[in-house]
Amino acid sequence: MRKFKEFIIEKLILICGLASIFFVILIFLFLLKEGLAVFKSVNLLKFLFGKNWYPISEPAQLGILPLILGSLLVTIGAAVISVPIGVACAMYIAEVAPIKIKEVLKAGIELLAAIPSVVLGFIGMVTLVPWVKAVFKVPTGLTALSGSIMLAFMAMPTIVSISEDALYSVPKSYKEGALALGATRWQAIWHVMLPAASSGILAAVMLGIGRVIGETMAVMMITGNSAVIPHSILEPVRTLTATIAAEMGEAVVGSEHYFALFAVGIVLFVISFAINVTADLFLHKKK
Amino acid sequence: MVITTKNLNLWYGAFHALKNINSGIEANRITAIIGPSGCGKSTLLRVFNRMNDLIEGVRIDGEVLINDINILDSRTDLVGLRKKVGMVFQRPNPFPLSVYENIVFGPKVHNLANKYELDEIVEHGLRSVLLWDELKDKLKKPALGLSLEQKQRLCIARLIAVKSDILLMDEPCSTLDPQATQRIEELMRELKNNYTIIIVTHNMQQAARVSDEAGFMLLGELIEFGQTQQIFTTPKDKRTEDYITGRYG
Repeated sequence: MRKFKEFIIEKLILICGLASIFFVILIFLFLLKEGLAVFKSVNLLKFLFGKNWYPISEPAQLGILPLILGSLLVTIGAAVISVPIGVACAMYIAEVAPIKIKEVLKAGIELLAAIPSVVLGFIGMVTLVPWVKAVFKVPTGLTALSGSIMLAFMAMPTIVSISEDALYSVPKSYKEGALALGATRWQAIWHVMLPAASSGILAAVMLGIGRVIGETMAVMMITGNSAVIPHSILEPVRTLTATIAAEMGEAVVGSEHYFALFAVGIVLFVISFAINVTADLFLHKKK
Repeated sequence: MVITTKNLNLWYGAFHALKNINSGIEANRITAIIGPSGCGKSTLLRVFNRMNDLIEGVRIDGEVLINDINILDSRTDLVGLRKKVGMVFQRPNPFPLSVYENIVFGPKVHNLANKYELDEIVEHGLRSVLLWDELKDKLKKPALGLSLEQKQRLCIARLIAVKSDILLMDEPCSTLDPQATQRIEELMRELKNNYTIIIVTHNMQQAARVSDEAGFMLLGELIEFGQTQQIFTTPKDKRTEDYITGRYG
């Protein structure tokens, strides 16, 4: 009887385990089935590098280059802002901060991670957007830069907590060795700890960027949503994610537009997948 | 005397780890500190380069004079002190950088040399620890790929590169096999012409083989300090004799 119970439980857990893989495969297949259909009407190169996204004009122009560039611009901007601040913050928490400040900072960062993206977007809309407009004297504050700043806040918790882990797991003997050679605390961190933790920090950065590139709500609210090729970070852009979210509701099921949005989904999937795999490679290199 | 301690006491929180240590360590000798685990010998060693400062709740009083300057003074320049008083750790701890970068780390942080001199420093450092012939073609290779013995030698070369005068060695051979241990001991004998070496070890044979003077510690006290030969053949204190003859430890 006991053996039978064990058997049942074992199989149940197995099924639960398989289910998650099964669902991922189903989602992926569905995405492929719906998305690949668009390539009956446009070829792949035209789709990826076409400069015009007019999905409901006649005939439809389905070039997603402006969307890819929009996503890239916002993501790179967010990385430029969040990586230095995030890594510096991790160094402070892991190596410098007294224990009480450390606790407060860690709690603060967890709190930052808990803010729903729509709330961040909404706060950005009423505070950041007018500020960008006034400071840079641009016609609208709904720009890629506003999106980058907001997304930097969303990437920060991931970057800080994983980098901090990486720094924390550097053997203490490295730091002792550096200090015993007469290095200052900063020199020990910069020349020894940071290189030793570099693969973990790179993974942190990749995962942070992964989060940014998949983010939808906040960017949709504050980047202006104009699907044209941006020439500077102070122009409105539209990202891949925002495009799907904004247009899926009005696309006719089975239309070219509908399939194109799924294809945009595939592009996003491929990008996030590549980023996650890279991050994973760095994390495993560490071990 | 290069190092003199006067009424040195140290507490970890409430634990009295070093009790009234008075000793004098002479230049260009190898001084061994022996004693059972937990007797405070590593703690004493770490007083000399103020590495105990890294531990929270440490309190020290008394005097430690290195070249007639009290290093326990709060105004002590720790960077300068640790440059002069280098430390070799129990587990070899080369940085996860290349062999070359490991040796030039010290000179770089102390601004000791320009780019061209660095190459010389690396060669001199590696020659001094008899690694040059083995590693001269592997300078760009990661130091973590070396053997344990090579790593420990590299750690000694790092100290030579910053021109330390005093080498503190905290059980430098405890992770090495007997052959490697023997070779490190030979190296120590060679280095003592130019350096003052203090070695902590709980390997009594090693202390007997390599040191000129020895101190025996027990429960935070320095029980006996003198010529190694005298300590090992005619100890004055009963407790030293018991330890030497293997009655505890």
